[in-house]
Amino acid sequence: MKREPFFWVSVSCGIVIMAFIILPLIQLLTSPSVEMLRESIGDKDVGRSIWLSIYTAGLAAVISFVLGTPLAYLLARSNFKGKRLVEGIIDLPIAIPHPVVGIAILSVAGRNHWFGQMLGELGIRIMGSVTGIVTVLTFVGIPFYLNATKAGFEAISPRLEKVSRSLGASMFSTFIRITFPLAWRSMLIGIIMCCARAISEFGAVVIVAYHPMIAPVLIYERFEAYGLKYSQPVAVWLVSISLILFLLLRILTLHKVEEQ
Amino acid sequence: MIAIRELNIDLREFQVRDIDLHIAENEFFVLMGPTGAGKTVLLEAIAGLVPIKSGTILIGDQEVTRLPPEKRGTSLVYQDYALFPHLTVMENIIYGLHFHKMDKKQTKERFDQLMEVLDLSHLHHRLPTNLSGGEKQRVAVARALMIDPRVVLLDEPLSALDPGFREEVRNALRRLHQSSEATFLMVTHDFAEALSLGGRAAVMNSGRIEQVGTIEDIFQRPLSMFVADFVGMKNLFAVQFQGTRADAKGLEIELGRKSINSRGYLAIRPEDIVISRKALSSSMRNSFRGIVTGILDQGFYYEVHLLVGAVTFKSLITKRSLFELKLHEGAEVFFSFKASAVHSF
Repeated sequence: MKREPFFWVSVSCGIVIMAFIILPLIQLLTSPSVEMLRESIGDKDVGRSIWLSIYTAGLAAVISFVLGTPLAYLLARSNFKGKRLVEGIIDLPIAIPHPVVGIAILSVAGRNHWFGQMLGELGIRIMGSVTGIVTVLTFVGIPFYLNATKAGFEAISPRLEKVSRSLGASMFSTFIRITFPLAWRSMLIGIIMCCARAISEFGAVVIVAYHPMIAPVLIYERFEAYGLKYSQPVAVWLVSISLILFLLLRILTLHKVEEQ
Repeated sequence: MIAIRELNIDLREFQVRDIDLHIAENEFFVLMGPTGAGKTVLLEAIAGLVPIKSGTILIGDQEVTRLPPEKRGTSLVYQDYALFPHLTVMENIIYGLHFHKMDKKQTKERFDQLMEVLDLSHLHHRLPTNLSGGEKQRVAVARALMIDPRVVLLDEPLSALDPGFREEVRNALRRLHQSSEATFLMVTHDFAEALSLGGRAAVMNSGRIEQVGTIEDIFQRPLSMFVADFVGMKNLFAVQFQGTRADAKGLEIELGRKSINSRGYLAIRPEDIVISRKALSSSMRNSFRGIVTGILDQGFYYEVHLLVGAVTFKSLITKRSLFELKLHEGAEVFFSFKASAVHSF
């Protein structure tokens, strides 16, 4: 059968996009020698920054999970005036330029703002602290968790919950026995998306907390001070470790799906 | 027993107005009406799943208007089954037992009875996705009855099923109703279901109840144009089946197919009955000679009553046919209808 020209146009575009994404990554991953990789992971600063990146992103995901799940459920189940507005606000952090996010957070958390003064009195410091990093990462990551989880809840027929209630289950029992088991996969995808977004954040973090250094800031610093060659090994480690973590999560979940 | 007084519901899409309804203990009550009439909303209001604006709902002797759904003792069966997809058939059926304290022996008896009547024993460990529509609905019915509810609410439980399965689930529902003490309330737009299962019925239209009464009353003595229009089939007879024929008060009517029941009902739409002055030699299997006992003006059409033996048929003809046939009361005419126009249930 002869293919339409349109088909070949689509395929060509696809190939260009694949190459565009994969080529720089492959180049990055293959540039540093094994020797350099070994040396860089032995570097205390590198290890510390990668670990800091991973656990602040993880914390952001945990906070998103705890605070975001009830809101995602509310948005999936009820219609109220201003729901569109709430959904729009949730998507805002995706659209705002990253340094602006950092500046905005600092302007609220700074000494000149009543909220910042209150935090100061409580002994909470945002500027240049792990707390600050987690705040920023939650800010940029939570929309991804909310949207994925909301979609997951929406995919569950409200009738399942209604039947459960009529059979004697309270709202809480219904959530634990019916809604959560059916939605946890979407929630996990939300957590992965949120983590992935958080771990890749640079622009906002560099403004709020240059120190302690997360991996992207360290990579930037090495690039600025020593050039491409010295930033690459750190980048390779960050990318590899994140990829392995996400792959592990996906494999774990897919495994569970097949069991069912 | 369900008693509803002056119930009003205001949802964005639906409104339910001034519902007064009394359903007796252990009755099989049918709620009919077109799509969007508010039947499902009323059902969910009884279950406590829809906020109500005013009015009261009693189940048994208890007022449940302010009770949450889990405290009402009403179980739901939906058209789309709403089985919990992550639980096996067995886990679905016993789901409600987690929340009810019940006598073990009685529970076991009820479980066995439901398994037997609904023929589910071989499906225990399957997941709902692997079941046919009929099997799914049987599981949903078993799940609803397992908690020994005071009221069973059925929302078009048979509409999504293939005809073969429909018959099977319908018979199971009849048996379960007879052997249970629960009150059954079923929403349907299928007349065959209404007649074969229900005792009394209500017809709803845009949020209000148009008529309440026995199902035969509603079919034969509609109190409003809407109900008359809605029920449509004006020829309705209780019959006994013999092979492919049905006997209505001594009159033999050909069905063109075998009925599996021995007793039941026939329904024929009035517009399917063709009147002629001479005996028609056509392919129609049912031809009778009758006397015109009444001609009613219905606007664009005339409803003609035809008496054969002890049975009155109603036919709908145009004004032009009326003049061409020169019909008048007492005239002797022939009329016929196809076997395929006869609905039996």
